[in-house]
Amino acid sequence: MIELIAQHPIFAALIALVSLAILFGGLLGFAAEKFKVEGDPIVEQIDELLPQTQCGQCGFPGCRPYAESIANGDKINKCPPGGQSTINAIANLLAVPAPELDAEHGEESEVRTVAFIREDECIGCTKCIQACPVDAILGAAKLMHTVIADECTGCDLCVEPCPVDCIDMLPIEETIADWTWPIPTKPGQIIATDRRGVLTPAGHREDAA
Amino acid sequence: MQEFAVILVSSILINNYVLVQFLGLCPFMGVSNKLESAIGMAAATTFVLTLTAMASYIVNAIVLEPLGLIYLRTIAFILVIAAVVQFTKMFIEKTSPLLYRVLGVFLPLITTNCAVLGVALQNTSKDLNFTQSSLYGFGAGVGFSLVLILFSAMRERLAAADVPESFKGAAIAMITAGLMSLAFMGFSGLV
Repeated sequence: MIELIAQHPIFAALIALVSLAILFGGLLGFAAEKFKVEGDPIVEQIDELLPQTQCGQCGFPGCRPYAESIANGDKINKCPPGGQSTINAIANLLAVPAPELDAEHGEESEVRTVAFIREDECIGCTKCIQACPVDAILGAAKLMHTVIADECTGCDLCVEPCPVDCIDMLPIEETIADWTWPIPTKPGQIIATDRRGVLTPAGHREDAA
Repeated sequence: MQEFAVILVSSILINNYVLVQFLGLCPFMGVSNKLESAIGMAAATTFVLTLTAMASYIVNAIVLEPLGLIYLRTIAFILVIAAVVQFTKMFIEKTSPLLYRVLGVFLPLITTNCAVLGVALQNTSKDLNFTQSSLYGFGAGVGFSLVLILFSAMRERLAAADVPESFKGAAIAMITAGLMSLAFMGFSGLV
C-alpha cells in the first residue's frame, strides 16, 4: 500500500484531499445538527418591520403569515398601512430593490388616522367589533360601542361593515410630544462644513441664501 | 514583542491587502455603500481571516508538507476556507443571534474573498510559524477593516456631495479608491 503511494504520488494527493473533504464534511454535518436553529430568523425580522396592524389588506390573515410569504419569495409591496417606509425597510433587509406600493391592495394614507364612533348614532350591532383585527373596539350587542384610540391602528376595516355609517377616520393631530424636525432636502446642507456656501456646478463658491 | 508589532504594522499598513496588494477588492467596492454594513463586513472578515490563517497553517503543516503535496495548497486552502466560513456561520447563528444579525449576510460572501486565500497562501510562502501566521491573518483583517470603514465613510459623504454628473456613483468611488491607494503607498518606507 505504502509502496503504491510512493510510486504514484497521485494516490497520495487523492487520499489527502478526499480525507480532508470527508473531515470537513463530517465537521459541518455535525455542526448542522448540533447548532440547529429553531424557526426561521428571517421571518422574525420581516415580521418586526411590518406594522402589526393585522389588517389583512395584503391578502393574508395577518402580518406574520405575510412575513412568512415574503420569506418564501412573495412581493414586498402589499402593505398599505406600512407604506413606502416599510417597503424600503424590507427591501433593505432582503437586499432587493424597493418597489412602489401595489395599488391593488390599497393606498397609503398621508396622515395616520384613528377610528372614531359617533356614539349617539351607534345601534350596537357588533359588526365593527368582529371586523377589528386588533380588538380596539369595545361594546356589546344593542349597547353603544367605542374605540380605544391607543389600540387603533387606523386600518379602515371597521368602516365598511357599519350599517349606519357612524364610524369616521380622524387624522391624528401632531403634538409637541411627537413633532420632529423636517428632513433637509438640499444635499449641500447636510454636512456642517458645507453649510456656509454651496459649490455651484461651475465650481464657484457662493454664499447660500 | 517587537517582532509581533512589526508583523501587525506590516500587515495593516505597509502591505495592506486591499490598497497595496489589491486583494479583496470586490467587498471593498461592493459593501462600502453604507457605514453600518461596512462595519459588519469588516468584523466578519477579520474574524474569518484570523481563523483561516490558523486552520490553513495546521492543514499545511500536518497534511500537505509531510506528504509532499505542496502543489495542492490552493485547492486545499479553498476547502479549508469554505468549511471554516460555513462552520462559523452555524456557530454564530446558534450562540449569538445578535452577532448573527450583524454579520450573518456577510459571512457567505467571505468564502469568495480573495484576501482570505491570499493571506493563507502568503503565510506558507513566507515560512511563518503558527503564532506569526495567525497574527498576520489578524493584521490583514484589521487592515481590511480600516480601509473598508474609512472608504465607506467617505462614500457616505460623497453621496451627499455635489459631484459632477458624469462622475456620480461608481466612477467617483473608483477615483477615491485610487487616491486612498496612493496614500497607502506612502507607508512603504515605514519599517
